Amino acid sequence: MGFMFFKKGTFVRIRQYVLMPEERAENIPDDTKKVPLKMWVKGRLKHDAEQFEEADIVTASGRTVSGTFKEVEPKYKHTFGDHVEPILQMREIIKKERWGDDV
Amino acid sequence: MSYNVKDLMRRRNEIMKKSVGLDYDSFEDEGIGFDYEAMMAHSDYSLEAIEHIQSEDMVGNTPLVELKNLTAYARKFSAKGKGARLFLKDEASNLSGSFKARRAAMSIHKAKQLGYKGVIAATSGNYGAAIAALAAKHGLKCIIVQECFDSKNVAQPEILEKARACESYGAEVVQLSVGPELFYTFLHLLDTTGYFNASLYSPYGVMGIETLGVEIVRGIRDVAGKDPEMVIATHAGGGNLTGTARGIRRMGANTKIVGASVNLRGLHMASDQDFNKKSFTTGHTGFGIPFATNPDRSDVPRSAARPLRYMEDYYIVNQGSVFFITEALSTLEGMERGPAGNTSLAVAFKLAMNMPEDAIIVVQETEYTGAGKHHQPQLSFAQKNGIELLFGDPSKEVPGKNIIFPSSANKIHVEHVPLDTLRKTYLKRFKDQKLTDKDKAFLQAELRVDASQLDALLSENSERR
Repeated sequence: MGFMFFKKGTFVRIRQYVLMPEERAENIPDDTKKVPLKMWVKGRLKHDAEQFEEADIVTASGRTVSGTFKEVEPKYKHTFGDHVEPILQMREIIKKERWGDDV
Repeated sequence: MSYNVKDLMRRRNEIMKKSVGLDYDSFEDEGIGFDYEAMMAHSDYSLEAIEHIQSEDMVGNTPLVELKNLTAYARKFSAKGKGARLFLKDEASNLSGSFKARRAAMSIHKAKQLGYKGVIAATSGNYGAAIAALAAKHGLKCIIVQECFDSKNVAQPEILEKARACESYGAEVVQLSVGPELFYTFLHLLDTTGYFNASLYSPYGVMGIETLGVEIVRGIRDVAGKDPEMVIATHAGGGNLTGTARGIRRMGANTKIVGASVNLRGLHMASDQDFNKKSFTTGHTGFGIPFATNPDRSDVPRSAARPLRYMEDYYIVNQGSVFFITEALSTLEGMERGPAGNTSLAVAFKLAMNMPEDAIIVVQETEYTGAGKHHQPQLSFAQKNGIELLFGDPSKEVPGKNIIFPSSANKIHVEHVPLDTLRKTYLKRFKDQKLTDKDKAFLQAELRVDASQLDALLSENSERR
């Protein structure tokens, strides 16, 4: 495992460490200062590349950016979420307060 | 690291100047001040010109709707003869789904006029989508820089949705983990691409909102034959309130301008651990208070958003109350919107109860909602982050620990923030400075106070220690 090669042109997400903890700004909270500043960008692979290794991509604006090749064809994972009981309860309160018991 | 921070910061002014097409130095006065009105007038767009540009871009002339069910709901809890009429400007109808398109239309127009090949904006919110949409329409390249993830790679769902929207308009989205050093990446991108800095805080970013104020006054004059008694704007960076107020004043309306923010006091905006404890990514006190008390902390040398010049009252509201009114807007008016404008709507609902029945309050924006940014995923995300969701006394809510919903609309909680506390914070940095008459005249305009009020605020500040 770990030898997953992808063709030039594959749409991927890369990650770059922008600042290591010791390079971070002075006036920020300690919990933020302890961790690196990371950056993610998507684009097409500029060359055949192995996942989790360094790679160059071309972004939507046409820039070439280098970083660790993290994800192939990254998907959108955000949703409308789980059932949230208090929302239903608010809805019931609002209907009842406005329209009475009929609704 | 792909750039040298020291070098970037040393060249900061030069990079800025090249990327905004405006020489901010030319507006500087001797001393602490600058000529705000000269800066706003510099690019010489008439109201008609702004309206024309926006209408070509499918921006502006949004519906102004009366919220009759919400008004009736508030009156249920009001004394006889009280319960002001509530109106809402449905800004979600703008291209890209928010009032931010008004700002973007002007930035993009300027970028195009000055011959830039692309635009860059540092924003995790609707402004990014607006810039991306309008850049697409005008054939400009576009890069949006977002603060998106915490150190465990968990993203705010609302910001993920905004990234998706920007990408759907063809923009490149650069996503960063938490930290104000986003500014370095932003500068680096401006420097290496030579693109236009479509700042929210440039004169273009603010003048575009003046049409919103103008449309509100015209619209209310049409339906009620008078000016609205009050307009409430959700306040974060200050541009929304500033631009709307300037438009209202341009119409000569004597309308009270009120700011509203969600209370997130206690959560640090640059804290990695606090980042995902927020259920609002903007319109909150974490931006509202610092940007009111120090407007020039923005990404341009002098911000065009100067809320204390216009704000006549400021209220903050707890998260639970905003979620309640968001649900009410959907359940009673059939309008699934927000969260942004609903901060103001919660405040409007509460204030209406103590205003006469014939008074009019206008909430000046809505925004599109959807996966990630709807109150359902926001509260679902809060639950997953260990935030307790409760019914009870909303005034007891502790941001980052719990969200307390009112058990009745009558219990929606808003808190009045005296403007003098904001003014004093603004003045703190001049505490040990000898101020000239010219400096004081600038401060009077900045804080909307007369000479004796200013002296009183300055002396209260120096007595404090």
